[in-house]
Amino acid sequence: MSGLRLVTMAGPPTCGKTSVLRHVLGHLQAAGRKVGVVKLDCLVTEDAQRYRQAGIEHVAQGLSGSLCPDHFFAGNVPRLLSWGVDRGLDMLFLESAGLCNRCSPHVRGALALCVLDHLGGVRLPAKVGPMLRSADVVVATRGDLVSQAEREVFALEVRRHAPKARVLGVQGQTGQGTLELARLVDRRATVLPADELRLRFSMPSAVCSYCLGETRLGDERQIGNLKLLELPS
Amino acid sequence: MTAFPDADRAEPIPTASGPALVIEPGRDREGSPEGFPPLRLVPGDLLAVVGPTGCGKSRLLADIEWLSEGDSPSGRKVRLEGFPAGIDEEETGTHHRVAQLSQTMQFTLDLDVGSFLDLHARSREVPDAETVARAVVEAACTLCGEPFTARTHLSGLSGGQSRALMIADTALLAAAPIVLVDEVENAGVDRRRAMDLLVSRDKIVLMATHDPLLALLAPRRLVLARGGIRRIRDRTPGEEFLLASLEEQDLAHTRLRDRLRAGHSACESEI
Repeated sequence: MSGLRLVTMAGPPTCGKTSVLRHVLGHLQAAGRKVGVVKLDCLVTEDAQRYRQAGIEHVAQGLSGSLCPDHFFAGNVPRLLSWGVDRGLDMLFLESAGLCNRCSPHVRGALALCVLDHLGGVRLPAKVGPMLRSADVVVATRGDLVSQAEREVFALEVRRHAPKARVLGVQGQTGQGTLELARLVDRRATVLPADELRLRFSMPSAVCSYCLGETRLGDERQIGNLKLLELPS
Repeated sequence: MTAFPDADRAEPIPTASGPALVIEPGRDREGSPEGFPPLRLVPGDLLAVVGPTGCGKSRLLADIEWLSEGDSPSGRKVRLEGFPAGIDEEETGTHHRVAQLSQTMQFTLDLDVGSFLDLHARSREVPDAETVARAVVEAACTLCGEPFTARTHLSGLSGGQSRALMIADTALLAAAPIVLVDEVENAGVDRRRAMDLLVSRDKIVLMATHDPLLALLAPRRLVLARGGIRRIRDRTPGEEFLLASLEEQDLAHTRLRDRLRAGHSACESEI
């Protein structure tokens, strides 16, 4: 499959993914790379417009709406890759905000970025799950708003959950650190292997009545996979 | 003179505690060469960075943070003496090389001072966390002159106390040999003591500021304009004289503030 290099980017809502990526794509374009970006979100997004305003030509976006956002993402990856190939892109970035922390959009053979906001606190890395644990590069934003000690503890917490990942402090608003991130991405991203595309982490293994649109609550309404929490006696 | 018993096994004499930082000139935004001789900063050095907004201060600080190899927009080369050029592909971040202090930073943890310092010390695997924590609180109290204890909650610290705690923590508990300071506001922190504390811990301190007192506290300053380092100035004897008078004014201002705070009249002759 051509020379297209795929990069996935995931992170909790409003952590600064699009702000960071706008700068990164700009730097890559300036370095002569033909880049494209697709934003996959849940309910609303104006990010395609934000990318175009930043001078990025190849932009698409999609909303999962009533579908599970992670299934929506996974189901669209092959089409998006073909779109990138058709346009002759060097690099395609898939940015996903539609994540509940259970899943991860990262694809084997594609460079995986996870964006986390320092303001989420030092316990955030423990709570984020596979989109962090299966990431290659962790982009920590808004470090300019917390103390040095909190940045150090945050980085340590990230390393505990993603021991092999690089942690970069980057400011989406000012662009500080985005040039270095763009260089790192350019060095690390490789062309996808020719064999079958695979996610790095599996999706939930079963469905329940609510996945099928059920809204009524009660034991008799529940089918499929059900997990009941243990209450203190 | 006694010979050292382990002379043949002794380590080479350490060059203070950390490596020297070397900055080689690049070019400004118009492409003109900066033309200063390579700048070598050693642990204990304090350097002010001055210039109007948009002068290229952030680029300079980023060049230092990322040890630019001449491939950033400024073309500067920055390296730590005794280390290979550039950043290690395997290193996990830059926070261990460069600590940053700026006036926009806040504590966001829901902890008291003692637990916060314990968390930081444990993350650094400091053997005697309790002693270090005590030293940090003590140093911070000296900087701000408003005592607080390990049991004070972070959210209960005044602006001055919290800035003082950040500075003391960075000086005593952060591993980074380089500290980038972005302005220290004149609110309840003894700025000379703060800088003295940082450099006494063998840090290389670069301080971006618009404040005359802070700028003159540094024996040397970089003057930036249009993305380039225009001049490197040494503090003159005349400026040292001026600094002394600025510090007197600063002290008078602090006294006045303390009097007002305590409910006294601003005039010392009145009660």
